[in-house]
Amino acid sequence: MKALKKLLGKTLIATACMAAAMTATADVLSDIKSRDEIRIAVPQDFPPFGSVGADLKPQGIDVDMAHYIADQMGVELKIVPVTSANRIPYLQTSKVDLVISSLGKNPERQKAIDFSTPYAPFFLGVFGEKSVSVGELQDLSGKTVGVTRGSVEDLELEKNAPTSVNIQRFEDNNTTLTAYLTGQVNLIATGNLVATEIAKRKPARAPEAKFMLKDSPCYIGMAKGEAALQSEVNAIIAKALAEGKLNDISMKWLKAPLPAGFGV
Amino acid sequence: MLNFSDLLPYTDVFLGGLLTTIELTVLTTFLGVMVGTLCASIRQYGNKASRRVVTAYVELIRNTPFIVQLFFIFFGLPSIGFLLTPWQASIIALTINLGAYSTEIIRAGLSNIPKGQWEAAKVLGMNFRQTLMRVVFTPAFEKIYPALTSQCIIVMLGSAVLSQISVQDLTYAANLVQSRNFRAFESYVVTALMYLGLAMLMRYVFSLIGKRVFAYREVR
Repeated sequence: MKALKKLLGKTLIATACMAAAMTATADVLSDIKSRDEIRIAVPQDFPPFGSVGADLKPQGIDVDMAHYIADQMGVELKIVPVTSANRIPYLQTSKVDLVISSLGKNPERQKAIDFSTPYAPFFLGVFGEKSVSVGELQDLSGKTVGVTRGSVEDLELEKNAPTSVNIQRFEDNNTTLTAYLTGQVNLIATGNLVATEIAKRKPARAPEAKFMLKDSPCYIGMAKGEAALQSEVNAIIAKALAEGKLNDISMKWLKAPLPAGFGV
Repeated sequence: MLNFSDLLPYTDVFLGGLLTTIELTVLTTFLGVMVGTLCASIRQYGNKASRRVVTAYVELIRNTPFIVQLFFIFFGLPSIGFLLTPWQASIIALTINLGAYSTEIIRAGLSNIPKGQWEAAKVLGMNFRQTLMRVVFTPAFEKIYPALTSQCIIVMLGSAVLSQISVQDLTYAANLVQSRNFRAFESYVVTALMYLGLAMLMRYVFSLIGKRVFAYREVR
């Protein structure tokens, strides 16, 4: 009985401590300010969002964004490299204050964490040579579009494009990319990261984004219910968009401007 | 659980693929055997320079993978200005491939013709061309006919690779259906059976043609 009481007492104390700890982190924004340091999770294995550069320092869109946010808040930046599997657990266990890790929004994630406004474009779309004038799905009529078989963009195209579109399906992203590079097709449906890859390999044939098939931009993730932090981050993103900083980052890493209407 | 009824909505896709494979096969079998006959004749009777050219072609094609030949034609040639559609690239790749293999097969038949037949034709006053067309080719082809049949079937089966450059053949249909309904087992079983049926049909058609062409042998 005595032992049980002791245990109960310990549990109570532990609970009290945890509650205290929780109240201490109730407002992450003021924590950041008082600590004079913001901890931001970035990917280390997902270029161009986050990877390790030749100088062994993290680099990429997400890293640039993290630096910008720390600068704007006027605090030190602590980069925490994460993988895509553990980026949300890091946030939930308060190991980081923000996750800038090419995070897309979906209902399951929205139950677990809060999101900022979008900061980087991530979309599936139709890309092509500058000379081909295509503005929407209907314009594809009678044209040939290359796509990777079985990919999401393949399904989107099949579902929505007019039947007169000649869809040429290739085995994998690399073959689709080669088909575009060699001029076998002048339009491809793919993700903007693949388009960036083409622009890097052959700047002369850098594909232009014609229109989107599916938009899934990247958001900054933060713990649930941190209204102060959320509005601060959103204000910084809005400023970055207005200043052209977001566009600069996109040009630097994605070799393409932000798509029309981004973040509006 | 196996469920073949999931394939029913894709009947048109399969039939379209089957038709494409048949079209490609008929066309390239014809063209390939023509190329083979021409090259075999050159290799057997031509002068030294032309024999060397044909030998180089045959060895080049017979000693490289078909998919590499195909990719070279489809993805490689555009960089030197030859932009071919998937269909054109396929016809060319299949034709040069069958051409090279059938050259060797047909040459075997030509070298098998006894010298006496040439001499007999000469005595009858036939020139080179007449001898070749009327005396040599028929028995030469008869000797190698089973091997030639098999080679044509191998090329038909090899055409499965064309789906890699987005030709909508039977294999393309199987891959597409499989990527849509995830019924891999069912899609590929049906496709395999279609190829089997095609191969048997080809063998049958070849034997029908053979019976007609080589009918002179029959004693009535």
